[in-house]
Amino acid sequence: MIWLASLILLTALAGIWRMTHAATIADRLLGLQVLSTTGIAFLLLLAQWQSNAVWRDVALVLALLAAVITVALVQMLRKRS
Amino acid sequence: MMAAGDVLGSWAFYAGWAFMIAGCGFFATAALGLLRFPDLYSRLHAVTKTDTLGLGLLTLGLALLDPSWRSCLMLLLIWLLVMASGAVNCQLLARYNLEQEEEDNHRVS
Amino acid sequence: MSPELLPDLTLILLLLIMAWGALYAPQRSDAMTLFIAFGVVVALIWARLDAPDLALAEAAIGAGLTGVLLMHAARALPDELHRRNRTATYWGALAFAVVATLMFLAHLLTDDSLLNAGLLDGETDMTPRLRSLADATMGDSGVEHPVTAVLLNFRAWDTLLELLVLLFALSGLRQLFPRESAPDDHATSRWPESLALMAAWARVLAPLLVVTGGYLLWRGSSAPGGAFQAGSLLAAAAVMLRLTGLLPPLRWSSVWLRLAVVAGALFFLTVAAITGIWGEGWLTYPAAYSGLLIISIEIFATLSIAITLSLLVIGEWEDLRS
Repeated sequence: MIWLASLILLTALAGIWRMTHAATIADRLLGLQVLSTTGIAFLLLLAQWQSNAVWRDVALVLALLAAVITVALVQMLRKRS
Repeated sequence: MMAAGDVLGSWAFYAGWAFMIAGCGFFATAALGLLRFPDLYSRLHAVTKTDTLGLGLLTLGLALLDPSWRSCLMLLLIWLLVMASGAVNCQLLARYNLEQEEEDNHRVS
Repeated sequence: MSPELLPDLTLILLLLIMAWGALYAPQRSDAMTLFIAFGVVVALIWARLDAPDLALAEAAIGAGLTGVLLMHAARALPDELHRRNRTATYWGALAFAVVATLMFLAHLLTDDSLLNAGLLDGETDMTPRLRSLADATMGDSGVEHPVTAVLLNFRAWDTLLELLVLLFALSGLRQLFPRESAPDDHATSRWPESLALMAAWARVLAPLLVVTGGYLLWRGSSAPGGAFQAGSLLAAAAVMLRLTGLLPPLRWSSVWLRLAVVAGALFFLTVAAITGIWGEGWLTYPAAYSGLLIISIEIFATLSIAITLSLLVIGEWEDLRS
């Protein structure tokens, strides 16, 4: 279980590499998406590992907020001519 | 001699772990795609489709390991949400990028 | 070294990279996106530190609402300010980060007390004394979750003051921000093409956010959750609806809005005054009613927090496209 969790977090490192070496703003938002999905997976693994259902609630909240933040940032980061 | 319940239980255990490992494998593939694909649009596909599949397999595995109603319902809800938000975000980010590129071309020309 | 160290160290590495990026990214919008990612990683770290209430609050507020707030605030600032701040502190921050990391690693590898407590070999019982105290007296508090018992019964005065602080923050914000739309408004009158998609998605997400908020509020008495987390989810729903044009601007002139803003603090103060004047003491709940009182206070507090956070984040923007 722990090895799976570590694997997931290491893939998150790939996501943030893309966030820091991004060609466009959309790349960074993409990295944010990867990080959020990775976080959700990590929390679900944690719920199983520690047999504690509350981490699933946290994963649900994270999933909801990740959706909201992408929509919000796409709306607010527009440049206009 | 194993009772029927035991056989089912151990099948669920092994299948669950198999799905989980496959799910993490897809996560790794998504990360690889994110790093290596040449273009934003292909990277979008790599992430939103593959990540969602990885998470789906992971939640399937977890559901097999812990088949109580509450946890399975929660896992299903989370997976549906991530799938929907992945699809929507893919569209939104792609259109956003197209728009920004048009704006940049407008400004330059 | 226990294998649990591996995900923990990876989380710490993620945190450091996010923090560095948030401070020293070349563009301000990039720095803010990295700050939001930093919030997500902090939520995961709270999860690893066994603090689900904090993880919920961080995911809801730090990863979501703070991002929108920062983006809105930063639009009027010039880019040179960001560049100047960057170069001034770069080398000092780098030196500090390196020294701190080396000290941490040295502590991790050589500290005998950690080895003696068996921490480097696996889990031990690290229940703090406060937790044991809370668990012991929880039966009198009216709820079954120790964090809620502490926040809304044993230290209710602190929570009341927090609600008042939120109120003061809102009044302060209203002094500073003009009531009209954003100052630099070069928006064309062209809607983005994906607005229909965003609006449809908002119609799906907002009810889900409200239901989850209600779920967290109700579970607050027996499991991690509570008023702040529920309120911030409701505020996120309001932000989402406002940004896609489905919700009209929140007008301060509406009396119901102002009533909702003060309802939480007002109800809490009323309870405190009643218990102070006719009861056993300021905020000492009668034992038979403490569960009911806590739930009612939480409901009003959720309403207030939701409206206050919505006002703080999206305010009275007229033009949501700029």
